Amino acid sequence: MEDRRSRVARSAILNPQSSIPAMAWRRLLITLAIIAPILWLLAFGFQRNARYINSPFIAKDAAPFTLTLFDGRQVTLQELRGKAVVLNFWASWCVPCRAEAKDLEATWQRNKDKNMVFLGVALHDKEKDSRALLKEFNVTYPNGRDDSGKIAVDYGVWGIPESFFIDPQGRITYKHVGGIGAPMVTAKLEEAKRGIVTVKEGQGENQSIH
Amino acid sequence: MTASIGHTSILLAFLLALVGIVSPIIGSRSNHDRYFTFTRFAILGQFVLVTVAASALIYGLVTTDFSIKYVAFNTTRATPVYYRVTGLWGALEGSLLLWEWILIIFSGIVAWVYRDRHREMMPWVLMIFSIVSAFFLGVVAIVSNPFAPLFPVPLDGRGLNPLLEDANMMTHPPLLYTGFVGLTVPYAFAMAALIKGKVDEGWIVATRRWTIIAWFFLTMGNLVGAWWSYHVLGWGGYWAWDPVENAAFMPWLPATAFLHSVQVQERRRMLKVWNLSLIIIAFSLTIFGTFLTRSGILSSIHAFSSGPVGTVFLVFLSFVLLCSFGLLAYRSDRLKGQSELDSMVSRESAFLLNNIVLVSALFTIFLGTIFPLLSEAVAGVQVSVGAPYFNSVIVPLFLLLVFLMGVGPMIAWRKASWDNLKRNFLWPAIVSLMFALGLFVWQIRDLLPLLGFTLLAFVVFSILYDTALSLRARHRIAGEGVLSGLITLARRNQRRYGGLVVHLGVVLIIMGIAGSMTYSLEREATLALKEHLNVGRYLIQFEGLKGAQQPTHFRVEGAFRVFNGGHEVGVLSPALKFFPTQQAPVGRAVHRSSISDDIYLILSGFSELDKNQATLKVLVRPLVMWIWVGGFVIVLGTLVAILPLGEKTENGG
Repeated sequence: MEDRRSRVARSAILNPQSSIPAMAWRRLLITLAIIAPILWLLAFGFQRNARYINSPFIAKDAAPFTLTLFDGRQVTLQELRGKAVVLNFWASWCVPCRAEAKDLEATWQRNKDKNMVFLGVALHDKEKDSRALLKEFNVTYPNGRDDSGKIAVDYGVWGIPESFFIDPQGRITYKHVGGIGAPMVTAKLEEAKRGIVTVKEGQGENQSIH
Repeated sequence: MTASIGHTSILLAFLLALVGIVSPIIGSRSNHDRYFTFTRFAILGQFVLVTVAASALIYGLVTTDFSIKYVAFNTTRATPVYYRVTGLWGALEGSLLLWEWILIIFSGIVAWVYRDRHREMMPWVLMIFSIVSAFFLGVVAIVSNPFAPLFPVPLDGRGLNPLLEDANMMTHPPLLYTGFVGLTVPYAFAMAALIKGKVDEGWIVATRRWTIIAWFFLTMGNLVGAWWSYHVLGWGGYWAWDPVENAAFMPWLPATAFLHSVQVQERRRMLKVWNLSLIIIAFSLTIFGTFLTRSGILSSIHAFSSGPVGTVFLVFLSFVLLCSFGLLAYRSDRLKGQSELDSMVSRESAFLLNNIVLVSALFTIFLGTIFPLLSEAVAGVQVSVGAPYFNSVIVPLFLLLVFLMGVGPMIAWRKASWDNLKRNFLWPAIVSLMFALGLFVWQIRDLLPLLGFTLLAFVVFSILYDTALSLRARHRIAGEGVLSGLITLARRNQRRYGGLVVHLGVVLIIMGIAGSMTYSLEREATLALKEHLNVGRYLIQFEGLKGAQQPTHFRVEGAFRVFNGGHEVGVLSPALKFFPTQQAPVGRAVHRSSISDDIYLILSGFSELDKNQATLKVLVRPLVMWIWVGGFVIVLGTLVAILPLGEKTENGG
């Protein structure tokens, strides 16, 4: 008796096809139908970045602010209505910010008379160091300090650099997280001018968490 | 040197695991017993080698051998020795090695304990252990190697995550892993039974004690995790329905269901497929938990580094699910129950309902946990669900569970007669209703808390009443007093009385959760020197800040004098710790517990300019202490259930 049983067991492992009753097949299929989608769903998880959530501010009106520039003047977002705005948050200690500084300035030089404006906002930085960076990269577009961090909070900035593109109607059309290159700035600037929205955030190479 | 000893041991152990997998198959083909001996020696060999590897890593950590990358990333020269040891499970690679170590220790004990019993099953049981072990060894050897070298060797290491520098971290992960791994034992026996086609109650009876032990460690692992969260994380809570917490909790649900439903199978030979499915699910969830923790597919405060490990775990999870359920389907013709449910009013149906509730809870939590994935896969939007979702579903389910906890252990098997119901439940029900009335008079008038506390009281009353009846019987039969009667009862039927004590522990835990969920107070304020804040009957007065350099960090401490209804409780000093390796400070909350509530102080901020000002968050959380007391009661109950206390009886309640 025992011997027969173990032989059955053996054949179960070695040739699973040998004698599976129809009911067993059906059960197996039902189980598969339940398990497979779950496994697929888990595998799907690998394609996404869980920590990454698109900014809810995209396609919404940009939060108003008043920025005090390094030369003492004040700029409000309100008075820039009618122009496309590139709003860039940075700090002198942040490596990708340094990497993108040259590209930003170059794009600014090429576009500065075309009904648009660049605004740089230094965040969590010493004033002396911020000024040194502006000088080092010969940055000519207006830059200011967000001392209280209020602007950064209003825009949901959680790391730097982050860049926001705002259309002439004052709507955010695109957000880029991490370093940004000249081709991207140019492309997104054109879209901002025409009010074309990109819902998905862009991601650059690096980001420093402040 | 240390690293090569460790890594070589892992590789050799991996080869032995392969031997352990292959030899029972060859053995059963050729009918040579010596192959079964190989199986056993493969387990013992793995046990020795993995112990060597784990010791090597511990040695590396203790001697701060920074030529091992893992050591460099998880210790510094300043780390005290005991935190160097806990560095073993401070990060991914080490914790996988710890898991494998515990697994192989369990396998070794199983191989030893059953060296003369279950001769036909054991090779297959040990083969299942070798399969699981081979997987973990493969991962540790290839995908996430704790012995990977680091060159150039740094002068000092990066150090452990400071939140892990806490005494509870000594216990929480090992407890949880022991619970997870413990479930491998009933799983391995279940699979062996399916392979052999011996699908009677043998595997359940053989693993009864193991299942209780695994359940116990799972419970403790979760509780200690909650305790750590409450004491160390400093947000004032103990459970956040975070994906990783859910991952640790989910196996507990089918394990608890299993613990109850196997009694139905033992007694009535029903629910065979159900029990096998439960243990497969419970075991798969332990793998799923690790997958979730290591893959980074969901956002969590706990998430470890992501990487190829996630993929490997998913492949193994698929393998386990498909093979186990495939085997179950293949054997389904032998798994017909030998009896039917006789009545809806019986212990069987109470246990069945308990199972349905637990599995529903599992489904709810599983769905909530993977919901962000589901919503993005189906609708393309990122939505995650939080505490309100979980609470709104789990609370009613657990209320039902509490009710069943009062009914299940007392109601008769097969079919409860009216007399049986009256005898067991009339008085507890009457007293509970009086208790409810008392609560109502005492201003507890919201439906859920009123119902919850009443049901909890009902469980306690029904347990006490039943025990009192049995004690009276002991007194009549043997003239025993209360204490000696209790001892006789417990020794005669360890499982039943151990189980009842565990139920009392669970009642206390649920009471603590219900109290702190419903009646917590919370206030936050910025205080100047000698200013005070009132929260409930507490008054908190700010007494100043001080800073001090500690061995591993700089610590800013605020002193707050706490008064409870006029009399002074003492000075509590919550702190913020600034670690040079961390970007944000780590909070150190302090609290004072009492039987009615905890007062919990969190220093949320202070002004660098003005030393006489601090921002404080105060929480008053009722009944939290009872959660931890309940944990101790569960320890006690488990000991009553499993310790060999004498008088052998078969088939207890």
